[in-house]
Amino acid sequence: MANQIPEVQNEKKLRSKKGHERQVNATIYAILIAMSIIWLCPFVFLVLQSFRGESGGQVAYVIPKQWTLDNYRFLFDGAVVSVGLLFKDLPATLLTLATNAIGVLAAVFFLRRKPKNPIEKIELSTKIKGTALIFGALLLIDFIRCVDATNCDFVHWFMNTLIIALFCAVIQTMMVLCVSYALSRMRFKGRKLIMNVVLVLGMFPGFLTMIVLYYLLKMLGLTQAGAVPGLILISCASSGMGYYISKGFFDTIPKSLDESARIDGATRLQVFYSIIMPMAKPIVIYTILMGFMGPWGDYVFASYVAFGHKASYNVAVGLYRWVNTNDYQGYFTKFCAGGVLVAIPITLLFMALQKYYVEGVTGGAVKG
Amino acid sequence: MNDLDFLKLSKPQKFLYNLKKLIFSLPGRFVGAVKGLLMWIVNLIRGVGAVIADIVMTYVHGDWKTKVSYTVMGFGSMARGQRLRGALFFIFQTVFNFYLFFFGFKYLSKLNTLGTVETAKQGRVTVYGDNSFLILLYGVLTIFFVAAFLYTWYINIKQNKISEQILKSGRKLKTAKDDLASMVDDQFHKTLLAIPTLGVTLFTILPIIFMILVAFTNYDNQHQPPQKLFTWVGFENFETLLASDTNDLGVDLQDKGNGVITMTITAKNGDIITVDTTDAEAAAAADALAVDSTANFASEVIGKDEATGKDIYRFTFMGEAGEDVVLEATNWIYVATPSFSHTFKQVLLWTLIWAFFATFLNYFLGMLVAIMINKKGIKFKKLWRTILVMTIAIPQFISLLYVSKMFAADGLINGMLMSWGWITEPLPFWTNANWARVLIIVINVWIGIPYLMLIATGILMNIPADLYESARIDGANAFQTYMKITLPYMLFVTGPYLLTSFTGNINNFNVIFLLSGGKPLAMDLAGNAGSTDLLITWLYKMTVTDSNYKLAAVMGILVFVVCAVINLVVYNFIPSVKNEEDFQ
Repeated sequence: MANQIPEVQNEKKLRSKKGHERQVNATIYAILIAMSIIWLCPFVFLVLQSFRGESGGQVAYVIPKQWTLDNYRFLFDGAVVSVGLLFKDLPATLLTLATNAIGVLAAVFFLRRKPKNPIEKIELSTKIKGTALIFGALLLIDFIRCVDATNCDFVHWFMNTLIIALFCAVIQTMMVLCVSYALSRMRFKGRKLIMNVVLVLGMFPGFLTMIVLYYLLKMLGLTQAGAVPGLILISCASSGMGYYISKGFFDTIPKSLDESARIDGATRLQVFYSIIMPMAKPIVIYTILMGFMGPWGDYVFASYVAFGHKASYNVAVGLYRWVNTNDYQGYFTKFCAGGVLVAIPITLLFMALQKYYVEGVTGGAVKG
Repeated sequence: MNDLDFLKLSKPQKFLYNLKKLIFSLPGRFVGAVKGLLMWIVNLIRGVGAVIADIVMTYVHGDWKTKVSYTVMGFGSMARGQRLRGALFFIFQTVFNFYLFFFGFKYLSKLNTLGTVETAKQGRVTVYGDNSFLILLYGVLTIFFVAAFLYTWYINIKQNKISEQILKSGRKLKTAKDDLASMVDDQFHKTLLAIPTLGVTLFTILPIIFMILVAFTNYDNQHQPPQKLFTWVGFENFETLLASDTNDLGVDLQDKGNGVITMTITAKNGDIITVDTTDAEAAAAADALAVDSTANFASEVIGKDEATGKDIYRFTFMGEAGEDVVLEATNWIYVATPSFSHTFKQVLLWTLIWAFFATFLNYFLGMLVAIMINKKGIKFKKLWRTILVMTIAIPQFISLLYVSKMFAADGLINGMLMSWGWITEPLPFWTNANWARVLIIVINVWIGIPYLMLIATGILMNIPADLYESARIDGANAFQTYMKITLPYMLFVTGPYLLTSFTGNINNFNVIFLLSGGKPLAMDLAGNAGSTDLLITWLYKMTVTDSNYKLAAVMGILVFVVCAVINLVVYNFIPSVKNEEDFQ
């Protein structure tokens, strides 16, 4: 009997504790559900508005009284997709043949060799992935060239942005990887200086130099009609400054790997692409993802460079103009539809690669 | 005080002691910094001296090939069989010479005046004179190029010296093949960094130096090339933005007793002065005045004074040169002659408030959400995370623009509230300054929590579980474990992140621009600044809307100074920098 009393008390405590735990969990669930609603609401509203048939700007209700696809139809009105565009004249045909020949040659060149040892096997798998990437990019270029959007603003803007995003993803990644490899793995005179200079430069506000960049681009003929290559140039030129996160990642790869490879006679270049690159896959994907997603939201500089030249807007500039003109009422539902169409591919891509994003962001936060 | 004494102190005492130590150490630190700077200058002079001595000595002791290399770059390398190196040196010199004599020199020579020949119209033909913008831009570019040339020239001479020594000692020089091989091996960093460095130099460093120089000129919409010239003005723009808080629009107030205050306004040519008052007689007087005055004048009722319920009149004077407009008014409320320095202070204040809330509110709420989601026994962890992450995935110009429209006067929120009969007039979400400020911070929480949630999740998982276990055994409750374990650990690990995120928020353009665009405009702010404008959005307006490049440049420098000061100060206090070993 004497022994039982404390046990009963314990059980009581345990039970009350369980009850308390359940209460806490219930509160947490309530908060999380409320948060989810708040977080999702604007997006749900956006999608619903894009199907609204009633004309006019914003309305005081969420669910459309009249459902329609007109807003989406308007976005695609006038766009033509045809494979024939690839071969419409001699230059186009030559370009098509040349780009696809590059893909085939790359495949032959990379996949020719048989692996003899494990290291070569790793090298080979890197090459296969590289080939797949090149092929994918070339197919995408072919697809972009199949689209004639001269009479369709939205598709035109979408294609502009897609092109910018693709180039940015590739070039920025290359720049960032080069810089972070050099700063992380090699020791040379001026290394500290470079890092300090980048730190200081980073503290200047980005838009300060907008006008100079505009005139530099103008000098090269890359404003207004040439705004797309101009934007690619500007966003890639200084992208090496964003090396922090990937350098932090490279720093965690043991240096003994490099050294043993170098003793075996590998050059720095070989170490770079056959040892560091395969190990740095998460950060490579993170950098590509960031480079690709950036241009979709770029409004300020894009609108400044494309100033008034409708054909070189990107989606952000075009849609912003729609919703901030004086007669935005007429364009509001179209803006919603355009927003949905831009958001869907980006969101899907992001969700698919979320793991890498988290890795990059967390790594960046921890290392500063 | 020794360590043992220090440990005996209570927490506030410890803090005071540390603070005292810091304050007493400041003069010493300052002297140290000055000393360091002096040493740096001395070392720099010494270094330059050594380089010059090296150049002279190499010339004196060098053979004829080296001596020719002083004028014809790369000759020595070429003559000694290093054709590739020699050719590169020679090509660089040729290009540089062509650039300097046919292009760079004419801009460089005008850099001190930024051009003297104005663009003029001769009959119907416009004769373009100097273009100050291009003179400044290409002048800076030429200086860059000259510096690069001098450096290359020095390397060329050093090469000769080293080659001579190698040949004397009987070894062989590197061939072009060796050089190329080292480009992917020993010298791989040069290959890797060449293009990024070139890009950063041309598209970041050159523009920044250009804009820093613009801060010392009068480049604005009155002095816009190619029609007009601009020139150096020294620190005038810094004074405009920082020092001059006087009403230089010439408003003078005199109390005449009986509550009558006379305002004497001297409106200079082109100035616009607005005066708000609740005095109806003053309005009538002003109307009478307007009839016989040559000044352009307008008055309108802009609303009711909340305190007295009287109408508020707004007078606007557009003065001609030298005209005095005298107006007697009682109960004057506000003389709207905003100066840039006043505006700058206001905008800076709001920028700092915004950065503080945007950083810390997001930080703590995000951490809280992460803790909630990661709590044992909570299901669907992945679902919650995915829903929150939507705001990161969807481009901000869509989500923020839509949300901004949702809260507009004719937007969804106001519409629904009105149709439910809860309110009769739309809530002033974007028209009242304080509403707008709070709303922006709240919406930013919506944007910011997911980032912090992701970061915090990663870090929380790294906290050793046994720490919590032992805390639980010791009887700590959830709050105590949070304060004693989770928070210190998080702060320790994410200290640098908090700092970068604070400075990032000072420059957070997107949220403000897409949500409110800096609006509502405020009467007491100059230069189109609105109540929710950050320094960076104001800078954007100055550049794009007002073409006030000189002040935009000064602001850019000041933003840099603010960020740099915060970084320097905070960096000295962050625990992860101070005691790196703590949590390892």
